[in-house]
Amino acid sequence: MSVVLDVENLKTYFHTEYGLVKAVDGISFNINQGEIIGLVGESGCGKSVSILSVMQLILTPGEIIEGKITFEGKDLRQFEANGPEMRAIRGSKMTMIFQEPMTSLNPVLTIRRQMTEILELHLDMDRASAGERAVELLRMVGVPDAASRIDDYPHQFSGGMRQRVMIAMAISCNPMIIFADEPTTAVDVTTQAQLLELMKDLVTRLNTALIIVTHNLGVVARYAQRIYVMYAGRIVESGPSEEIFDDPQHPYTIGLLNSVPRLGEKHGTRKLVPIYGVPPNLINMPPTCAFLPRCTYKTAQCEKEPWPALRSAGDNRYLSCYVDVRGKQ
Amino acid sequence: MSDNTETGTTPADATGAAGAPPKANEFKRVVRVFFGRTLYVIGFVIVVILILTAIFAPFIATHDPYETNLREKLEQPSSRHWLGTDSVGRDTYSRIIYGTQVSLLIGFSAVFASAVVGMLMGLAAAHFGGIVFALIMRFADALMALPGIILVLLIAGLGGGGIPVVIFALGFGGIAPQCRMMCGLALSVKQNDYVLAGRAMGMSNWRMMLTQIFPNAFPPLMVGITMGIGGVVLGEAGLSFLGIGVMPPVPSWGGMVNDGQRYLLHNPMLSLAPGVAIMLLVFGFNMMGDGIRDAVDPKLRGVI
Repeated sequence: MSVVLDVENLKTYFHTEYGLVKAVDGISFNINQGEIIGLVGESGCGKSVSILSVMQLILTPGEIIEGKITFEGKDLRQFEANGPEMRAIRGSKMTMIFQEPMTSLNPVLTIRRQMTEILELHLDMDRASAGERAVELLRMVGVPDAASRIDDYPHQFSGGMRQRVMIAMAISCNPMIIFADEPTTAVDVTTQAQLLELMKDLVTRLNTALIIVTHNLGVVARYAQRIYVMYAGRIVESGPSEEIFDDPQHPYTIGLLNSVPRLGEKHGTRKLVPIYGVPPNLINMPPTCAFLPRCTYKTAQCEKEPWPALRSAGDNRYLSCYVDVRGKQ
Repeated sequence: MSDNTETGTTPADATGAAGAPPKANEFKRVVRVFFGRTLYVIGFVIVVILILTAIFAPFIATHDPYETNLREKLEQPSSRHWLGTDSVGRDTYSRIIYGTQVSLLIGFSAVFASAVVGMLMGLAAAHFGGIVFALIMRFADALMALPGIILVLLIAGLGGGGIPVVIFALGFGGIAPQCRMMCGLALSVKQNDYVLAGRAMGMSNWRMMLTQIFPNAFPPLMVGITMGIGGVVLGEAGLSFLGIGVMPPVPSWGGMVNDGQRYLLHNPMLSLAPGVAIMLLVFGFNMMGDGIRDAVDPKLRGVI
């Protein structure tokens, strides 16, 4: 398996009136062809900013400070953010599915117009063949009666159906990688499951890499092969998903898993434990570990030393913590 | 839901198939709302009649609007001269009919020109931001700081009157409001996810402006444009009344009001008839503007 995307030490800062917000502060991750990975963390931890940075969609006052983004062997940062090279990659080789299906389609254009636009733009198709291809794509994502529905406007579709249209648009140019930014947060649970199954089927069939960004561990548990857990702009733990779920080693990951019920668990056998405290303000962060104020495993070393760098913790696993939590749970 | 029989064949996600609304035709809905109110229909009918009058003026007029006849000057309305004649014996009715052409020509061209220029400026300012935004908006502010009537008088006075000068003067004055409104709307449209989605799909700046931002910002502006036509016609009448608008002998409603005011006691129809024409036109376009707003404004959808 070849690496499709390799991100090294990416830093994206926002220059705001209140100070410098280090939204993404030195994260590294990679994804192989056809692989599904999960990027997990709570709201405001920098998940979305990370993927928007990779796609070079960060607007002022945000700025990519440093980092190396290698996509198919090319360093993306050598290209101008809105230049022709980036535009040719965005939407064809690298696509994105957004959180809010209700607002991510243009309300005044028909689905046909919006879908054929991408095909005409990237694949140089003429209008008629782009239209046929668009109908075919809608069928692939399970929109019933696609040939007539394609001429409808977005407001005539339900949320789940719109997200299917977004998925169809995302796969329309056979991308190498799809970023799904909280793709199922705005739809109900049954639709969630259908959409996730659909995405999994499609990326397996097309051999496309998929990054699922979510705050919901349940969403990635079943589909992601590897998981990156983010906290306050950094990756605190990463590894194969079964290992992360069975044997979490970072106090934050442990806290996340303890705070959600698991399917099949007998009622009353385990108390759900919340993570106390609030996420840190990303302005004027202390040099120590950002999770320190909320951590239940902290030691004297944590109070003195700076935020630990990621260290290897077993096969394919990385961890950013001084404490060995094993045996303490 | 007439095509129920076809939709049932494909296996679908339950929420989508059951929740799909009936196939409502957006155009039909707009038409239904627009024609649901008597006043809007009256406005629309007035505008249509005015446009037809302008097109078929030679067939509707009874006399040549330029033909003077001093023996028949200042006549009261009669079967020969339906609205009487002016101080050089020209038929008032025919001059009003031909005046429609002048008024609509000036109204449409001035508003169209100011809308195109103003909207392009506003779109560019909103889309590019930074220095482009600052330059364009400060220019618009500067234009707005001048009292509109003075600006128009200045241009029309310096240009020496005539239809092209009047169009330029009135159109120039309309640029700043259009620009500011477009800029504000475009800035708010820009916040939507679908604009980011457009960028994520690799659209260029131009494509984004034309397909994502403009169509979503345009409907509210359409109301201003329609109503603007009434305002411009009124402005033209004002300029012609002051003698720096459309140059005689070209028939212009404002000029006719001006000509007739000296004979107001003797022959009030000379000023009254073109005055009523102006009023009807402004009323028609304003009502039509209101109707268009009610019909296309997404915020009023379902309320009316």
